[in-house]
Amino acid sequence: MKTMFRALFSAFFQVVAKELQGAFRHGSDILNPVWFFIIVVTLFPLGIGTDPALLERIAPGIIWVAALLAALLSFERLFKDDFIDGSLEQLMLSPFPLAWLVSAKVFAHWLLTGLPLLLVSPLLATFLSLDIDTYIALFLTLLIGTPILSLFGAIGVALTVGLRKGGILLSLIMLPLSIPILIFSTMAIDAASYGQSYIGLLALLGAMLITAIILAPFAIAASLRVSVS
Amino acid sequence: MAFNSLADFFAMGGYGFYVWLSYGISFLVLAVLIINTLTKRKKILKTVTQRIAREERIKKAKNRKDTL
Amino acid sequence: MWKWLHPYAKPEKSYQLAGKLLPWFVVLTVITFIIGLLWGLLFAPADYQQGDSFRIIYIHVPAAMMAMGAYSSMAIAAFVALVWQIRLAEMTVAATAPIGAVFTFIALFTGAAWGKPMWGAWWVWDARLTSELILLFVYLGIIALYNAFSDKVLAGRAASILTLVGVINLPVIHYSVVWWNTLHQGPTISKFGKPSMAVEMLWPLLIMIAAFATLLGALILMRFRNEILTRESHRPWVRQLALNNVKITGKN
Repeated sequence: MKTMFRALFSAFFQVVAKELQGAFRHGSDILNPVWFFIIVVTLFPLGIGTDPALLERIAPGIIWVAALLAALLSFERLFKDDFIDGSLEQLMLSPFPLAWLVSAKVFAHWLLTGLPLLLVSPLLATFLSLDIDTYIALFLTLLIGTPILSLFGAIGVALTVGLRKGGILLSLIMLPLSIPILIFSTMAIDAASYGQSYIGLLALLGAMLITAIILAPFAIAASLRVSVS
Repeated sequence: MAFNSLADFFAMGGYGFYVWLSYGISFLVLAVLIINTLTKRKKILKTVTQRIAREERIKKAKNRKDTL
Repeated sequence: MWKWLHPYAKPEKSYQLAGKLLPWFVVLTVITFIIGLLWGLLFAPADYQQGDSFRIIYIHVPAAMMAMGAYSSMAIAAFVALVWQIRLAEMTVAATAPIGAVFTFIALFTGAAWGKPMWGAWWVWDARLTSELILLFVYLGIIALYNAFSDKVLAGRAASILTLVGVINLPVIHYSVVWWNTLHQGPTISKFGKPSMAVEMLWPLLIMIAAFATLLGALILMRFRNEILTRESHRPWVRQLALNNVKITGKN
């Protein structure tokens, strides 16, 4: 029993380590979605003016929409290379459950794309003149929300990875499904900016995250089986 | 009867434009869906018959040994 | 116990069964539509607040309900398809998605045309309209995914997975939108009737709901038969059917 768990976890971390190594070998690829995120947020003050009150009012929406788009951009890499070089099929032949291994891949993907967004978020908060309490709420929603985005996006990528024109289709599939995350997150940030409690909204996001962690890997595994066959 | 005359009926108490627009577009869209479904069936059957005809032509051509 | 169901797992039998059921659905649809439309448009009294514009309810509400109904049947079919690996259930998913999308579009359009005289704007970010819009997006995503695969067996399976992912998400989407709407409450006080309707107005509504339900059933049967024909087009029984069809219509 114990050895089985150890084997499962070592397989998990092997997949994560392999993903991270591969990403760092390519280097600049990791930073592209982060740049995109920063540039999109920068466009808004340029487009609508720099009134701090206005910016603070719309900042949650801007940051979250930009995060959604940045996440979308980064997804293509998630399974594409593995699909082309056949390592996806190898993953399926491994003795470990596919759902378990793909969760490792999604976790690694979040470390490479979700985490950097969290790290640059203070910069954007200053750009959009958020106060500290609002920023903390923004940080917490990004912390809970971006892993859900990664899990949803992975389902979409797994469904479309075998298709030639998968990119735009992925956004059509994924964006409607991520609307609740957008709504709950921006509501929490709004509540924080009015000095209200937003624990309940964070709890809802947390519940969504837990549900997604439990169910999404199975959907991803089933979708990959469709795409690879 | 909620209306006294035909003109009353079409006017819909001043809301005629919105009511008839709603009903008109709805039934138009439904008609397109139904026609699309029916023509799809015809198209499928037609491709099948065309394929059968082609296969028979090929068979006949093979049976005729006098050519070349 | 379920042995009698087995023959219907064969495409040919299901095709014939759908063909036997279809006329009943068509007849019921025509009858309910005629009664419901006449009653709703001619005999139901005008609403004391909204006047005759409330008559849009007789397509808006049935279309919205059956848009959800179509999604529910897709979700059940998708579940059956993935758990028991039944091809016919996948075909049902593929057959139903476009119908659901059209019904959702009708609900949206009539909602907008009703909103214009009531709220003074074609589009108001009302909770119900917004969730219908998102439902339309979800439908279009499923249809786009299905069409993107050239292998229709894989397409059906992919669409089934996406349908199930959507069905877990749709309630969350709905409640998040309702909540979002109560917070951002603008000038929109929902005027779409709560069930305090007068009986003379309610009966035609119920009949129209039945009309849309039977129409949904008839369209699902028709498109389901099309899906079977497409995928079985190399089988002898489909060839025979096609030849007979030519003989009857008399042209090539």
